[in-house]
Amino acid sequence: MTTATTATAAVRGGVRARSARQLAGTGTLLRFFLRRDRLMMPLWVGVIGLLVLSMPNSLKSVYGTVAERADLARQMLTNSSLRATYGPVFDDSLGGLTAWRIGGYAGLFAGIMSLLVVVRHTREEEESGRQELLSSAMVGRRAPLTAALLAALVANGVLALLIAGGLAGQGGGGALALGLGVGGVGMVFATMAAIVAQLTESARLAKGLTGGLLGAAFVLRAAGDSSTDDGSSVLTWLSPLGWLENERPFAQERWWVLPLFVAAVVIQGAVAYELAGRRDVGMSFLPTRPGPARGRLGSAGALAWRLQRGAVLGWSLGFLAAGAAFGGITKGAADLVGSNDKTRQIIERMGGQSGITDAFLATMVGMLGMVAALYVVSSVLRLHGEETSQRAEPVLANAVGRLRWACGHLVVAFGGAALIMALGGLGLGLGYGHELRPVLGACLVQVAAVWTLGGLAVLLYGISPQLAPGAWGAAGVALLLGWIGPALNVPQAVMDLSPFGHLPKLPGGEMAWTPVLILTAIALALTATGLAALRRRDMST
Amino acid sequence: MTKGRAKGMTKATTKAITVSGLHKSFGGTHALDGLDLDVEAGEVHGFLGPNGSGKSTTIRVLLGLLRGDAGSAQVLGQDPWADAVELHRRVAYVPGDVTLWRNLSGGEVIDLYGRLRGGLDPARRAELIERFELDPTKKGRTYSKGNRQKVALVAAFASDVDLLILDEPTSGLDPLMEEVFQRCVEEERDRGRTVLLSSHILSEVEELCDRVSIIRKGRTVESGTLADLRHLTRTSVTAELAGPPNGLAHLPGVHDLDIRGHRVRLQVETDKLDAVLRSLTDSGVRSLTSTPPTLEELFLRHYQDDVQDDVLDDVRVNGEGTMAR
Repeated sequence: MTTATTATAAVRGGVRARSARQLAGTGTLLRFFLRRDRLMMPLWVGVIGLLVLSMPNSLKSVYGTVAERADLARQMLTNSSLRATYGPVFDDSLGGLTAWRIGGYAGLFAGIMSLLVVVRHTREEEESGRQELLSSAMVGRRAPLTAALLAALVANGVLALLIAGGLAGQGGGGALALGLGVGGVGMVFATMAAIVAQLTESARLAKGLTGGLLGAAFVLRAAGDSSTDDGSSVLTWLSPLGWLENERPFAQERWWVLPLFVAAVVIQGAVAYELAGRRDVGMSFLPTRPGPARGRLGSAGALAWRLQRGAVLGWSLGFLAAGAAFGGITKGAADLVGSNDKTRQIIERMGGQSGITDAFLATMVGMLGMVAALYVVSSVLRLHGEETSQRAEPVLANAVGRLRWACGHLVVAFGGAALIMALGGLGLGLGYGHELRPVLGACLVQVAAVWTLGGLAVLLYGISPQLAPGAWGAAGVALLLGWIGPALNVPQAVMDLSPFGHLPKLPGGEMAWTPVLILTAIALALTATGLAALRRRDMST
Repeated sequence: MTKGRAKGMTKATTKAITVSGLHKSFGGTHALDGLDLDVEAGEVHGFLGPNGSGKSTTIRVLLGLLRGDAGSAQVLGQDPWADAVELHRRVAYVPGDVTLWRNLSGGEVIDLYGRLRGGLDPARRAELIERFELDPTKKGRTYSKGNRQKVALVAAFASDVDLLILDEPTSGLDPLMEEVFQRCVEEERDRGRTVLLSSHILSEVEELCDRVSIIRKGRTVESGTLADLRHLTRTSVTAELAGPPNGLAHLPGVHDLDIRGHRVRLQVETDKLDAVLRSLTDSGVRSLTSTPPTLEELFLRHYQDDVQDDVLDDVRVNGEGTMAR
């Protein structure tokens, strides 16, 4: 009897000791991760925080009086397409408008930051083989995942505190709710990335899949908000970004929404933990199948396509689906507005020359274009990845010139950008139900601006591999200017920095060939200069 | 640099690689500092030097991946930078650390490299896969280091090229595979191909190489056949004499002299051996062992004699590692 009790106690103690051992080294790893992210993390947190904290003043400078703000809120609330873009307005105070204008995007960016942090320190380490060496030291099986999630928690926690503290002047409760909501969205996607990182063997795929889920969350919220004006749609509630909106910061905060974030983080974290404890280091739940013994690849171009085709397929499907979703919302927007003459007049005065439908479609087309810029940068920078991983060296030691090697990837990058924009246009047309040609044309016009950013990426990479990641910065700036610039009252000279700002507003507006042709020429010039520089410089060793 | 071919049409005098006075710096680091290298067509040439001495930098210049700052380089009579693509049809390269694409199988990579060079001999490919015991259906990430190395070796040996540039190609291979590798290099030589072999495995170099070049701190310090190089180094002599030795200390070229009674141990520069033997026989020799320098000693001498050189001519500051002594 006594022996049995002792044995049970020993087993229990053993279990406890084992779970402690699985976490061995977490503290050291966390410090190490934070050190590795000492630039990236403060940059993300700082930029997101700045966007949020600068909003009340920007809004105040444009909508100075209470009456103006009430007017803005009313207009925004009745327009389903703007609701889809930003969510409904729940309160017309400066705090309320800040939460409406930037809250969802802050959550979106926190999600991107979090998924990058988690995948970077889990799957990427395993894929590179570095984890093997770390795990051979006093590092428990679950320690890397724990430390990665803690690192994400640090980043999101600091961001939440920054927002809660910085906006406290607009109302302490609202500021806290917004901060916790943004951080909560970040942690939901941190834990989601943790699950995906257990499933795939490739870090790139893990980031892509989680990014796709984040995009789906945005589309769900947008779709839900286009059909209702109080965030009560089931679609909105399915999205973590919808929870943030439904928390209603600065509009009689609904604190009971917060446990949703906690529950999602705990459940997803538990699933990731369970998976992490069950698998071997470096292995995944989606196993690698053997490949063919004989290859058919015979050129640098074919190799580039083979390496990038998965990404092109993913982006294509994503753009088709996003286009269809946006197109579907458009129909609802037109119906809703069609029944209200007064709203139609307001919207048409606001700039949608041929009406609400075209104005909405033009906004969606612009969004697709700016997201396509992220594709073109990632695709061009495959060159950078191939070079720095030393895979380019043996390829270039064959009868393959640098130009041909680079052009193989650039055809995929630039052609792929045109392809995904065409598919986005096709999706918009299909989702909307008719009038394929104008939306397709509008999407293809965006390609000129997308290529310009692609050309910039080629130039930076061609000059030096160290400069190449700067292309992400350029694409990020274009995205921020396009999405949030107008509300920040940014001077036109700065807005003009983004190639997207120069494009005609289509469909609906006048087609203007001059800016499109000039941008295309700039893209070509940048690309040619970049390739010339690449030919002249040393390959990195 | 005049083209090797201009000297004559006989194979023996045709140069596969001619490098003279090559300089290359990265920032403040002089990776190559006036390097010279001559590789005859049809020979296996060993390319040796301590870590960080500039071997891989030289090879990357020969492949047109880096451009030399000064000096000249010619590979198969062509300029490696300007004529890179045309030249690479006739060159196969194996790096010391092969990285593969995670999604591509080994077989796909072998065929890709073959097609990107002058072409691939399918029978030779099959034979090499068999000999190296390589599974060509596995994907990039799942290969071990040695197996990744085999993928690049099979691709190189099966390619129809004139020159093989191998940069520490056997790191990660087991002794059996090392043996297969050596047979393959010999076959390449028998087919009249030229091989530039950078290696730290001295037995491999001794077995395979017709001539070697030793570089240190970006400069060539020695070049020639192994016999030539041995001649330049010291032979160890141990002798038991009938009487006390006489005058050995004053002979030129004698080092590390150690006399205990009638026993003598010394090192002598190999071309000064005559005088030492004469002096020993004068005292009457009971027993004598003379050991030619091993290759290890040869290399260690070249790798290690930094102290002397540092005093004499080395006032440059550079970041190169030197071997621990």
